[in-house]
Amino acid sequence: MQEQNALTDLHVGREKPDAAVVRDALGVGVAVGLSGFAFGVTSAGSGLTLLQTCVLSLLVFTGASQFALVGAIAAGGSPFTAAAGAFFLGVRNAFYGLRLSEVLRLTRAVRPFAAQWVIDETTVVALAQPTRRSARIGFMVTGLSLYVLWNLTTLLGALGAEAIGDTAAWGLDAAGPAVFLALLAPMLKTGTERAVAGLAVVLGLGLLPVLPAGVPVLVAALAAPVVLWAQGRRLGGEAR
Amino acid sequence: MNTWIAIGATVVGCYAVKLIGLLVPAGALEKPLVRRLAALLPVALLAALTAQQTFGDGQALVLDARAAGVAAAAVALVLRAPFLLVVGAAVVVTAGVRALGG
Repeated sequence: MQEQNALTDLHVGREKPDAAVVRDALGVGVAVGLSGFAFGVTSAGSGLTLLQTCVLSLLVFTGASQFALVGAIAAGGSPFTAAAGAFFLGVRNAFYGLRLSEVLRLTRAVRPFAAQWVIDETTVVALAQPTRRSARIGFMVTGLSLYVLWNLTTLLGALGAEAIGDTAAWGLDAAGPAVFLALLAPMLKTGTERAVAGLAVVLGLGLLPVLPAGVPVLVAALAAPVVLWAQGRRLGGEAR
Repeated sequence: MNTWIAIGATVVGCYAVKLIGLLVPAGALEKPLVRRLAALLPVALLAALTAQQTFGDGQALVLDARAAGVAAAAVALVLRAPFLLVVGAAVVVTAGVRALGG
């Protein structure tokens, strides 16, 4: 415990060379930016046009929501049910924004522009920095490199999918669920997260045959409050 | 047309939540319960989406090559493979199983 505190103090006090921040940020930006290719392919394979696919990456720019939306559209749900699933996945970005606004201290005029880059990766990089200067550099470099590459690879992926035709024959319909699993895995830290995930799987699969497309996912989201409520009851007086 | 409606709603909604986080005063959403819920919501959604896109075919549940592909992705994740390799493993294994007639 004490050792951990000492480490934290050291971490906060240390200056980090700008070049090191840029290197870390580019590492994340390039690696994740390239996965826009998987989105482009999946989106085109789901029947979206090239323009629709590129508009999503340019204007939505939050991967999980984009994958969820094209999956829901492919399944044939109502447009609002599809958008609701994507929206709820994006809600976490609001909480990233809260953290980032403390760390970055952006002026009011800059915030509407910076907002588009408030996503998992920029938050992880910015919050890992020891000083405000390096947090700002980390946020900017990760945001810019990821935005440019994500959109470029989205375009290439969509063009590629159109060129090869049947994306399922190439196994590309497995890219979507694999992306979700890769995003989910690091979140399963404690029993609470695993319970939520387990219940959500049961609800999502169990309701799939009986509810209209897109709705089962929204019902499965209720696993989060249900597990929290059950846990609150179990802990009872301790919480209060 | 329906697709554009869904895209428009998603664009507006996703941008709005990003901006709200930067604009509201710190502490406004900092209630522990709200934070817990916000952290668990993506867990529920991603788990349900993973399962549905692995086993769902329209409104039917099926066991096909995708399950093998996603299982390969899970193995890659356990082995701490980088993101692109995880997705690549799923794609290659799914294509392989399908080519073998699975």
